[in-house]
Parts: sequence; C-alpha cells; structure tokens
Amino acid sequence: MAIHLENLKLTQGTFTLSANLTFATNQTTAIIGPSGGGKSTLLMLIAGFIMPDHGRILIDDQDITNDQPASRPLTMLFQENNLFPHLTVFQNTALGVQPNLKLSPLETETVDAALARVGLKGRQNDLPANLSGGQRQRVALARALLRKRPVLLLDEPFAALGPALRHEMLELVEEIRASQNATLLLVTHSPEDARRIAPETVVIADGTVSQPHNTADLLKNPPRILAEYLGNT
Amino acid sequence: MAVRAQPINKGIALAGSAAILVVALLVLAPVGALFARAEGAGGISTYGWSVVRFTVFQAVLSALISVTLAIPVASALARRDFRGRGLVLSLMGAPFLLPSIVAVFGLLAIWGRSGIFSDILASFGAGPLDIYGLTGILLAHVFFNLPLVVRMILQGWAAVPVEHFRLAAQLGLGPRPTFRLIEMPLLRGVVPAAFLVTFLLCMTSFAIVLALGGGPKATTVELAIYNALRFEFDLSSAAMLAIVQFALCITAAIVALNLTQNAGFGGGLMTARQRWGDTRLAFWQDTILITITLIFLGLPMLAILFRGINGLGAGLPSGILTSLLISLGIALTSAALAISLALALAHLIDSLRGKFGKTIEVFAFLTLAASPFVIGTGLFIMINPYFSPFALALPITALVNAAITLPLALRILLPALTRIRQNYGQTADSIGMQGWARFRLLTWPQMRAEIGFATGLCAALSMGDLGVITLFAPPDIATLPLVMYRLMGSYRIEAAAAVALILTTSSFTLFWIFDRGGRLGNTS
Repeated sequence: MAIHLENLKLTQGTFTLSANLTFATNQTTAIIGPSGGGKSTLLMLIAGFIMPDHGRILIDDQDITNDQPASRPLTMLFQENNLFPHLTVFQNTALGVQPNLKLSPLETETVDAALARVGLKGRQNDLPANLSGGQRQRVALARALLRKRPVLLLDEPFAALGPALRHEMLELVEEIRASQNATLLLVTHSPEDARRIAPETVVIADGTVSQPHNTADLLKNPPRILAEYLGNT
Repeated sequence: MAVRAQPINKGIALAGSAAILVVALLVLAPVGALFARAEGAGGISTYGWSVVRFTVFQAVLSALISVTLAIPVASALARRDFRGRGLVLSLMGAPFLLPSIVAVFGLLAIWGRSGIFSDILASFGAGPLDIYGLTGILLAHVFFNLPLVVRMILQGWAAVPVEHFRLAAQLGLGPRPTFRLIEMPLLRGVVPAAFLVTFLLCMTSFAIVLALGGGPKATTVELAIYNALRFEFDLSSAAMLAIVQFALCITAAIVALNLTQNAGFGGGLMTARQRWGDTRLAFWQDTILITITLIFLGLPMLAILFRGINGLGAGLPSGILTSLLISLGIALTSAALAISLALALAHLIDSLRGKFGKTIEVFAFLTLAASPFVIGTGLFIMINPYFSPFALALPITALVNAAITLPLALRILLPALTRIRQNYGQTADSIGMQGWARFRLLTWPQMRAEIGFATGLCAALSMGDLGVITLFAPPDIATLPLVMYRLMGSYRIEAAAAVALILTTSSFTLFWIFDRGGRLGNTS
C-alpha cells in the first residue's frame, strides 16, 4: 500500500516536524537519523497516536488523518513494552485476533501457527518475564502477523539485541513482510540494518524528513547531515 | 558462590546503631512499660471490647469508602487532561498536610448543625444535619484519605508503560477489555496497600474522634486511652488498652509493609494518559466525578479560609503568639530529629542491604504501629514515678512526633539513597570517596530535594498534630492545635477560626519552605 504524507506538520514546543513524501509501495523503507530528530514522532503520526497540526496522511489515496488508531490499516511495533506482562505468550498473541480473548478452536490454531512461524512453538504458556528480549519481540511479530494489516511500522524494536540476533530478527521481519506483500517502515539507527532489508531510506534530522533515496547510493554518498550522524566525515 | 559482605563505613555503623538505639528507647521502652503496668489490670472490660470493636469497624468502613470512591476518581484524573489539572493534583495533596482539628472545623462549617447544608435544609423546613458520631468520623476520614488513595492509584497509573495504552488503542480494545487488561492489574497492585494504609491511619486517628466522636457509641481505643489517663487517671486500664491497640496495629502494619512499595506521597501522574476513542458519556461521567470531588474537598478548605479571615478581623485570643512559637519549636525539633534518625537508619540499611538491612527497615517501620498514644501512654507511665509528666509536655510531644513521622521520612529517603548508590556508588567507591566527604559531595546534592520534602512533611505534620499533647499539657501551656481545640470546646468559634487559619498557614508555609529549599538551584 502506498503511504503518502501530504504537507504534514507538527509542532511540539520548540520542535517542529514537517514531511511531504510518498513511501515506496509493498517494500521496506528505512528511516534513519540522529536521536531527537523526529523518527519516532513520524511513526506515531502515521499510527494515529499523535495528531498533526496541518496536512494529511493518505494510505492508498484514502485520507486516514482523523481515523482512530485501531481503524488504520497498520500495525506498529514499539521498542519495548509490546506485551502485557500479566498475560501469557498465547494471550498476548491472541489479542491480535480477539480483544476479549474468547477464541474459536480455529482461531486458536492460527495463533499457535503464528507462534510457530516466529520460532516460539511450545512457549504458549510462558509469561513475558520468562522470555529473552528477542523472544518478546517475536511474540509482538506473531501478533502483527495475525492482524494482517497491509502496513507495518517498526520503531527500533531490535535496538537492544546483539548483532547476530538483530540480523536474524530483521530477516524474519522481511520474510513476514514479503509473504503479506506489506509496506514496511523501519526506524533504525544502524545503516547496516537499512542496507540489509531496505531498498530505500529516508533521513530525518532536526524535524525535516528527506525524500526516499536508494539505500546503497545514500550510504555510499551521504549528505552532510547523515555523514555527521554516521561519523564518517 | 560465597557472598561476602562489604565492610561498612565506621561512621555509618556508628550513627546507624545510635539511631536504632534511640528508636528502640522511643518505641520499645514505652511498650515494655505498658506491659509491666498492665499486669495488675484484670483484662479488658466489656466496655473495652466494645471500644475495640468500634475502632476496627470505623477503620474498615473508612478505608472501604475511601478506596471505593478513589478508584473511579483516579481513573477520571488519569485519563482527562484539562486546564488546572496540576492544581487539582496539588489539592489532592493538601488534606494530608491539613491539621486534623482544622479539617474537622472546616467539615463542621459545611456539614455541621450550623453549616452551609443545614442552612439550606432549614430554608426547606428540614432539620439541621448532625454529623457527630460515626457519620462525622467517616466523613472526616474519607476527606483525609480519599485524596491520599487517589494519589496512590495515580502512581499505579504512572507505572503503566505508555505503550500499553497505544497498544490498546491500536488493537481496538473497547472499554471493558481495556479495563481488564490495563486497569485491573494496576489496581490489584495498589489497592490492597492503599486499603491497609488507610485502615492503619484510621485506627490511630485521634483528633477527629476526639472532636467528632465520643460517648459510648463512638469511642475508639485512642480516645479511651485518653479518657482513662486524663479523667480517670487509671494507668492500668490505659496500659491495657494501649497494648490492644499496639497488637492490632502491628498486625496491620506487618501486612501493609509487605504490600506497600510506594507511600503515595510522590507527585502522582503529572501528565494525563491520552486515550483514543473517547465517548461523550465517558467525558461527562469523568467531568461530574472530578467536579464532585473538588467540591467535597474544596468547600471545607474554603470555609477555613473565609471564616479564618473573618475571625482574624474580630481579634486574636491572648497568648496566641506564645502558642505559635511553641508549635514552631516542636515542629522544627521533631522534624530535625526525625530526619537525622531517618538519614542514619537509611544509610545503615542501604549499606547492609540483604537480610540484615531488611530487618532494620521493618523494625523502623513498625514504629508506625506504635500510635502516638501507645508511645505517649508508655512514656507517661515511665516518667510518672520520677517527674511530673505535665512539666515535660513539650519535649515529650516533640519526641513522640519525631517517632511517628520517622517511618514516613524513611520511606522517602531510603529509595533516594538506594538510587544514588546504584547510579554512582561504584564510582564513589573506586575513587575512595567515603564518610563525610561522600555525604557532602555526593549524597546531599543528589538527595536534597527528597530531604527537603521529607523535612517539610515531618515539620508540617508535627505542627498540626493534636495527639499526645492533650495527655500532658498543663492548662497554661498549649500548642496551636490544642488552643484551637479548647476554643472550639468553649464555643468561641470566631477565635477558633482565626487560630485555624494561622495554624494552617504556618503548617503549609513550613512545608513550602523546606520543600522549596530542597529543590532550589537543584541541578540534578
């Protein structure tokens, strides 16, 4: 699905974020830039947790600017706290199917299947506290898988993981995205993540969102603001 | 793996042990004296048991009403953002600092026989309200504890990660699943503790029962002790009652200790939790709820203000300045003592950590179970054979107030000290920053906000306390709360109003000075 941000503008105190661009459809775009530059804020705007002061958000030409978060065709994964600590792995995942957790036998099977898909077979009855950081995010991915929304927003969900695990998770994400033919926006601070799964990359710094660039070209020839952030000036 | 304890700094060990000794003398010795004295008494009379039953009954009822009402008020406040929200949250903190006898005065001005509502009823030809007895006790206890519980629940709200609310919004969870998934777990964590703390406060509340209760139907153990000592001079039954009170409270305190992680004195939830998919019905429910709460809490405070200003216009009773100075002296002495003890204990507990530290912590918190009257009665019995307890009224009051406010101070200071150790302890250790230098250069700058806040609380509470002073005070010496109580007793309402305003203003000012002073120029 095509995500189009039309003259989007948000002011919070002294910080202003403005964006006017279209993200590539049915593929992954990385969002990169220094902390405090507005990366998370941009995802929160698209997800509907913050309202813009001006402009519109369109998904496949449908204006969703004033829609409730739940009615937007997207799923967002946060950096942490994606799970309710008092619910089991199964229950946390099943929330993606039935908010009241009353599941039909068929729905139970799909939840089990989603958990197996992210490599958590047999962990249904564990509590989040008994999982590693990576496993917790896998549960959140399983839930996203079940919600089958055509847009996925990932706000650095693997930032706390080690390199090998992060790569593994990214590959899983990309696999899930491809199987659902979804559009994925991935906030990251690692150029390597972008190179790995995102054909295009957007740079956000000081509240300004750049146009999408080819990731390889961008990293080979970074503009000054990105070069300063990456530290290879 | 064997765990060897790190050696403890000598200064900390010395100061900490001294503090333990003082607390033991202040709490255990009086309790011991009670046991020695109560031996002669032939157990508890039927009257005594009815007093015990009433005490527990009113405390359970007060806690139940406070908590039940606080839950919806807290959710409304947690989810609504409006102009003046910060002010409303501050108002929720005000009753805690309000001297209880002043609160009684304010409540009578609204709900009493000649209060506003009685006047309104009279214009319809209905009889005046009468809140003396159980009704008044409950009203006053809810007035004090509702806002306290609201703040405790708001801290529970503050601990819920903001992502969970976003998650609920994204998954389209309706009001019921949201309640079940977010609010229920947070309430389960907070409500039992809030209930027990409220129960404990209502078990030991004295001034309210003294002013609004009394008689065979509305006497609590604390009041019965007071009667036995003050009017019957029956030391044995006073001691017996004090032991019962101590046993009841220590049971509640031990249970409460296991449940309370936060004492509810923090700022609460300073920014509202945004919610998505709001309905008009929910909006109006919350608005009405918040408005009623504000009226319930605000009217008595406004009455205190306006009647006080009128009363001041009519002139002050004589000797008020002396009483003000006495009260200030007691407040500052007991606050200084409580904070020194709390600091020494906190350092010892924090450096011992583990089982040993926990034991000392529990011991210090158990002073909470020894109510002012339990300690007061014990001291009375200890001193009586040697001195006239009445001559020592003021030092005893200051001492008892220090013992009573100590757990509160410790609750505030200990977490701050632990935080400092976790953040900077290893750095300080590695450069050999120890003893006084460590306190001056690390601890003090890092926790002066908490020290200021705790000192302010202890001073204000001590200033407004009307407790043991009623046992010991000779007729010619009085603290401000006692002056006020005597004026109310002789129906000099205008003068009482003036004193109420002076007392409230000085209590709040004391708190403000210390709290502000602790945060002034704070860079951390």
